[in-house]
Amino acid sequence: MFKGLGAQRLLALFAIGWLLFSFPLLGLWDQDATLFGIALFPAALFILWALLIAALAWLMERPGQGHPDDPA
Amino acid sequence: MISPALVIAVSLAYLLLLFGVAWYGDRRAAQGRSIIANPWIYSLSLGVYCTAWTYFGSVGRAASGGVWFLPIYLGPTLAMVLGWMVLRKMIRIAKAYRITSIADFIGSRYGKSPLLAGLVTLIAVVGIVPYIALQLKAVSAGYGLLIAPAGAASAAPLPWLQDSAFYVALVLAGFTMVFGARHLDATERHEGMVAAIAFESVVKLVAFLAVGLFVVYGLFDGLGDVFARARAVPALQSLVRLEQGGNFAWTQWFALILLSMLSLLFLPRQFQVMVVENVRESHLRRAVWVFPLYLFLINLFVLPIALGGLLYFGAGATNPENFVLSLPLAAGQPLLALFVFIGGLSAATGMVIVETIAVSTMVSNELVLPLLLRSRHFHGGAGHDLSRLLLGIRRAAILGVLVLGYVYFHLAGEAYALVSIGLISFAAVAQFAPAVLLGLYWKGGTRLGALAGLLAGFFMWAYTLMLPSIAKSGWLGTDFLTLGPWGIALLRPEQLLGLQGLDGLTHALFWSLLANVGAYVGVSLWRAPSGQEASQALLFVDVFQRTAASSPVFWRGQANVPDLLRLCERFMGAAKARALFQAYAGQAGVRQAEDLRPDARLVQFVETQLAGAVGSASARVLVASVAEEEVLTPEDVLRILDEASQVRAYSRELEEKSDSLERATAELRQANEQLKSLDRLKDDFMSSVTHELRTPLTSIRALAELMEDDTDMPAAQRQHFVTLIVSETARLSRLVNQVLDMAKIESGNAEWQISEVDMGALLGRAIETTAEMFREKQCAIKLQRPPQARLLRADPDRLTQVVLNLLSNAAKFVPVPGGRVVVSLDNDVSGLTVRVQDNGQGVPADQHRLIFERFQQGGDGISRPQGTGLGLPISRQIVEHFGGRLWLESSSAQGACFSFYLPWNAPAVQAQTARGDKT
Repeated sequence: MFKGLGAQRLLALFAIGWLLFSFPLLGLWDQDATLFGIALFPAALFILWALLIAALAWLMERPGQGHPDDPA
Repeated sequence: MISPALVIAVSLAYLLLLFGVAWYGDRRAAQGRSIIANPWIYSLSLGVYCTAWTYFGSVGRAASGGVWFLPIYLGPTLAMVLGWMVLRKMIRIAKAYRITSIADFIGSRYGKSPLLAGLVTLIAVVGIVPYIALQLKAVSAGYGLLIAPAGAASAAPLPWLQDSAFYVALVLAGFTMVFGARHLDATERHEGMVAAIAFESVVKLVAFLAVGLFVVYGLFDGLGDVFARARAVPALQSLVRLEQGGNFAWTQWFALILLSMLSLLFLPRQFQVMVVENVRESHLRRAVWVFPLYLFLINLFVLPIALGGLLYFGAGATNPENFVLSLPLAAGQPLLALFVFIGGLSAATGMVIVETIAVSTMVSNELVLPLLLRSRHFHGGAGHDLSRLLLGIRRAAILGVLVLGYVYFHLAGEAYALVSIGLISFAAVAQFAPAVLLGLYWKGGTRLGALAGLLAGFFMWAYTLMLPSIAKSGWLGTDFLTLGPWGIALLRPEQLLGLQGLDGLTHALFWSLLANVGAYVGVSLWRAPSGQEASQALLFVDVFQRTAASSPVFWRGQANVPDLLRLCERFMGAAKARALFQAYAGQAGVRQAEDLRPDARLVQFVETQLAGAVGSASARVLVASVAEEEVLTPEDVLRILDEASQVRAYSRELEEKSDSLERATAELRQANEQLKSLDRLKDDFMSSVTHELRTPLTSIRALAELMEDDTDMPAAQRQHFVTLIVSETARLSRLVNQVLDMAKIESGNAEWQISEVDMGALLGRAIETTAEMFREKQCAIKLQRPPQARLLRADPDRLTQVVLNLLSNAAKFVPVPGGRVVVSLDNDVSGLTVRVQDNGQGVPADQHRLIFERFQQGGDGISRPQGTGLGLPISRQIVEHFGGRLWLESSSAQGACFSFYLPWNAPAVQAQTARGDKT
């Protein structure tokens, strides 16, 4: 269930996501600045979110991820 | 404004299109060419999470709270990171035991308890009806906005006959009945409905992106422009910041993420599309990242639209929840507004359809049917086909849920903002979390524990969240909020026990989950699970460790096949039931269903099939009504489990044995092949040897007979013959020696005299020995050796034999006169290499391999020189004995180059040295 390298990577990614989106790391982005004209805080939130999704996609879609539990 | 007729016509056309998609999906499914058996469609169907609440409410929330609309989408993203583990387990369980709803799931986990399933259904209905009302409200508000003349204030609620929401509810009820309850399926899957939901997900995403792009690039000059202008307005500045001037409410942020994580898993509609409608487990692999991506995209323009709307209209002028419609309308883009309205309609209808299907399944299976089964009248009517009745119940439940939603909408009216209704629903379904999540991983949870947990959580939810919101909408006095019931301040619903500093939602979530988990764990630990509870706990928690064949069957009793068949016929229709039994008989290797043995596995099969149609709790009751069962004690469960694991261990043992048998057979076959080919080689060898022996023997005999017959032979001729006989005899004995030599080496009986060898000196001596031979052939011979000698441990005589063989081979093939032979020695770190290069005609390519075989000689028949054909094979054996190799390095018209390599440390030599040291 939570055994195996793949599952542990997902757990680690979950921990990273949880940390990034909560106190106090999220507060680091709360600056009066802009990124390409967009306020830094919302821009950072969306960029972190996109990175999290990309990492998740990478973990799930790498070749050779076939699980023995997968039905054929 | 847009004319009402146009809006209604377009909406109806859209719903017709939806019918078309659903109909097509069902037709394809009937043909066996499912269009939803695809990870993308599955991922899109999860987009039903985004309702009208997302579509209109997010912008409203962003306009007042900035980034506070986001945690509702970050939570599901995080939940999906773990989805591959948690959701996959739920899917596996639901597929294995034909679970059809979240109520069924919880009831089934705790010993197939009808009471528990019913309670879950009640909580779901109470929690979900306001949420359905919210969708109706969104559609009707959007419609009102589209048809209102520009600048008109929003109209007062209409009587129901003129109310658009009422008709929306009716049309949706019709749709849901057609595609959600057309036939009873043992898996409760609705392909056409899922296809329509996936289609709706696309429509709402495209519509929302369209309005976003329009606001950002049509009304403003890009994202940078929107943010730059917002910076100039002090009231808007705080919207793009976290702190917003005060302390950030981290606990509320945390609570919202947690709440949305749980609701993603436990909202009845999400359970329906993610678990029940899942076609293949592997589709989840894509969905876990595509669904968060969908959420990301649909939220991309929320903040810009909110800021844009506030800049465009000014704060307070227009309800921000309607910005997506009012902005295109105000900018003179009615068609875009109409399209956006259709997107909102998609969001609302998608949610309503799936939610009503899920809730109506729960209501009919877990509330109505158990009550019917209790009535004696119902059992008396045995023999009737009840599948029609079941469908009727389900359709009535669909209509009932939608009407309830409408009534709620009509009564609650404008009381709440969209967002708060959604969150109250979320908090209600979050109460399922302890029973499901702990139940998935902890075997100790009991039925009473789950009941206590759910009741406590639900009570806390109602008291701390539902009641205050009702009070605030003006239906109740607010005194008990501010002063507490009966004036007891400690019981104030929003500051329970004086807990302060939390907002209402976080406060309610904290108390309800605390009470829920506390009661669940506490009561579960009070006493051990019963047999039925323990068996279900095992089936759920260890679902990944069992396959269908090896899973234990927790049933004991007496049943008979006709009764079971009749039971199935009543609830599934005769044809379907017979087909199921026939298929089962086929699997069991029995020709007719009547010949089946009514064993525990058959009973389990029937119960599982029935569970798909009526829910597992009712299926349990039904099967118990036709079979004589023994009540299982926890000891029985352990014993059955033990037997099952013994069977499993036994079958694994058998498997291992047959595996090793197969391996042994393969090895034997290989050995046999090897022996055969060795035997063939030996035969070839024997015939070659005898052939080679016969040639000199024949000539010796011929010469001897000549001398015997002719006694008067002149002395000179006799002398010549004798010389020939001697030379042939010498050849014969050389041949015999070599054959013996070869045999000794091959059998490992050769004796090796190991000593220190200076290869350079050995080469020099060998060249001296053969100097006469080369002089006769007028051949020049040259030795190249490194200045420093390095000693090798080997048998010098054997190595000399190898070198002599190579030299004599070279001498045989060099041209006369003008022959040149170069012998070279190279040392490196690992070993030495000796090369003998001649300038003869070389070895033809097709003989490169042959020359190393026994009795094969280089050159053609005419030019073939004298030799035994054993020299090279023996040399190769010797070199290989010392861990080296002998090969033809290059061969061309300029001559052949034979080389051999010997390592400094040969294993065989070391072994022999070690033996020598010991003795």
